[in-house]
Amino acid sequence: MRKTPNYNLIFGCTLTAITVSVIVLGFFWTPFDPDAMSSAEKSMAPSLKHLLGTDNFGRDILSRVMEGAGTTLSIAFLAVSIGATFGTIIGALTGYFGGTADEIIMRINDAITAFPSILLALVAVSITGGGKTNIIIVLGILFIPSFARVVRGEFAKQRDMDYVKNAKLMGVRHTRIMFVHILPNIAPVLLSAVAIGFNNAVLAEASMSFLGVGIRPTESASLGRMLLDSQAYLFSAPWQALSAGCAISILILGFSLISEGASYRPMWRPTTKRRRK
Amino acid sequence: MRHTKRTIALFLATLMMTAALSACSGGKGNETSTQPPAETPNADNNSAEPVMGGDLTVGIAQDLDDSLDPHKMVSAGTREVMFNVFEGLVKPDTAGNLNPAVASDVEISETGDTFTFTLRDDVLFHNGNPVTVKDVNYSLSRVAGLDTGKPLIDEFSAVESIDTPDDKTVVIKLKEPNIEFLASLTAAIIPDGSDPTADMIGTGPFKFVSRSPQDNIILEKFDGYWGTPAYVDKVTYKIIDNAEALIMSLKGGALDLVAHLTSAQVKELGDNFTVAEGTMNLVQAVYLNNNVEPFNNMKVRQALSYAIDRNAIMDYLADGRGTAVGSSMYPAFKKYFRPELVDHYKYDAEKAKQLLADVGYPEGFDMTITVPSNYKPHVETAEVVAQQMKAIGVTVDIQTVDWETWLSEVYQGRNYQSTIIGVDASTMTASAMLKRFTSDSGSNFVNFSDPEYDKVFKEAVACTDDAEQIELYGELQTILTKNAANLYIQDLCDLVAMGNGVKGYEFYPLYVMDMSKVYFTK
Repeated sequence: MRKTPNYNLIFGCTLTAITVSVIVLGFFWTPFDPDAMSSAEKSMAPSLKHLLGTDNFGRDILSRVMEGAGTTLSIAFLAVSIGATFGTIIGALTGYFGGTADEIIMRINDAITAFPSILLALVAVSITGGGKTNIIIVLGILFIPSFARVVRGEFAKQRDMDYVKNAKLMGVRHTRIMFVHILPNIAPVLLSAVAIGFNNAVLAEASMSFLGVGIRPTESASLGRMLLDSQAYLFSAPWQALSAGCAISILILGFSLISEGASYRPMWRPTTKRRRK
Repeated sequence: MRHTKRTIALFLATLMMTAALSACSGGKGNETSTQPPAETPNADNNSAEPVMGGDLTVGIAQDLDDSLDPHKMVSAGTREVMFNVFEGLVKPDTAGNLNPAVASDVEISETGDTFTFTLRDDVLFHNGNPVTVKDVNYSLSRVAGLDTGKPLIDEFSAVESIDTPDDKTVVIKLKEPNIEFLASLTAAIIPDGSDPTADMIGTGPFKFVSRSPQDNIILEKFDGYWGTPAYVDKVTYKIIDNAEALIMSLKGGALDLVAHLTSAQVKELGDNFTVAEGTMNLVQAVYLNNNVEPFNNMKVRQALSYAIDRNAIMDYLADGRGTAVGSSMYPAFKKYFRPELVDHYKYDAEKAKQLLADVGYPEGFDMTITVPSNYKPHVETAEVVAQQMKAIGVTVDIQTVDWETWLSEVYQGRNYQSTIIGVDASTMTASAMLKRFTSDSGSNFVNFSDPEYDKVFKEAVACTDDAEQIELYGELQTILTKNAANLYIQDLCDLVAMGNGVKGYEFYPLYVMDMSKVYFTK
């Protein structure tokens, strides 16, 4: 027996840890005020003073990326929290009890997932108006079905297993079986769903801001809005688009690797060497 | 195995917790600094000789979406193309004067309500027929809706009768005196009895050849044109709605000329292009809802006017391009524009702060600017304005909405606090710009109301003497400025880039792309 490290998980966690620490740093300190404009320093290429250059308003891009990634990440976190919490509860109840209620809720679920979630989010946000709170609520609600589906599938599988039957015979309450006995067993699946959800949330926030319905310009910097604004300067000041684009990619990559690694492999996976004939 | 999973879970949970503990944003400190506007690269003036002939390819961003009927088209994009095909009795020139076109002479009666036109002798339609009084009568009756009772162009509701006493003279009588009505007589003259959507026959320097929706429009030089003939033989308008693709095609040489570019786009092009700089003929301002707290207080509006640094805005948006304005009149309309109003409120943040304190807002206040998200210059202006307001303690929240919402909520519903937009004129008259600020105007979306203004406006419209009228319209602009009806900013720059040796583009004080003056130099 030899142990192969789970590189996906290790890289994913490292990458995420680095980006998150930069973001956390950004909440307390940025090299410059992310909103301070300066006409003398418009569209300057990366230099020692401005590591990632400045944008068309002379604002320091590094500071804005730090602030913007923080906004994006906090929106993603809150939206996924809403989605995961309600999705898990709905999925657990329907999966565990089954029956007509399960059928009805899951068909409604299907109907919602039939629409691309970003499209629904765009419609919802253009009705409720942009802004941080609205985006979080809208995204959170839209994430519920995907979590409900994953959790329900797992619960349906687990409810007929011997340990659940045992627990039932011993007279354990349903809620305790659901959340104390079954839930820990589906944690890996839920975790990877959370990581994927994070990905989607980051992308959704960025796309909405890119389309101009997301974060308001005065609220805070946002990676999506930075991409939108940099469009006109793609060739004359490419560092604007590159910085925001790379920041989104790195965020997503970290979470993707984590979800990949967490979903089906333990950290150290035992492998047996096969002999060739 | 379970244990490791738990470790991961714990790790993830910690990550999320740290992210969630976020609320405050980064360090402040850097003050916004301003600089005199950067030097604008000059449109070059090398005197390369014009060459006759050549096929010109022009890139335009939108298809001619609305009706091609010259009397019904409203969108600026359609009008600027069709300007080359159709002409009226009079035609505007680059200075904003109305010169006789299909008519050779015009006489306005002392009373200001009768216009007598003498037709030019040698004007031909694109089908080769000469223009007669019958054609003019048909065209103008059609616009004025004399048969149907529904004028196709609103201004023509003022027409009482159209007479043709002899075969060279047309007399138009108005219900009320209005010498500015002459500007409406740029309405196209078309052949008697023709359906302009089917035939598209006019008298302009170019004739219409074909149109492929979403692809192109082709015009050809008209050899029988009465005036100065066009240089190029053929103009093809290519419709490319993606801004990046438009620039790339121009850069690659597939297009010869593209109008309405931004400063950033021109920067992308590099050096091998002739860039002509004009203005967009609109008044960009922070339009304030004069009915809403605290903007119903004139003193507050005046204070905010001092807080707007127009030069800084132009600098950020277009490297200093654009022309500052101080009232609701665009500078290209030289006849009426009052340059002395531009600096009525000279940028002075300290004074603004002082004035705000005087009227009871020493701590400033919160305001919301609603901006249509599809107009990037306005959104960017809002961002700069937000910064400038911060300096006097006013906190700005920018709300970006889509265009439809803006139209219904802000423009029609007047349900907003402030907005940034460019307001232009439908016809080349001062009243088109200034009428909206009369108390009972349907398009008075800022709810400006001043009895003195209404009175002077009435006098101005009824005035039959040109010089006196200019004076009265100037007075109206002064009232707007003194009352600080809005925070006036600028007339945005409009850039036209020409490649492949094309030159000669000229700007008009209204939405026009005159292709007859454009020429190749090689």
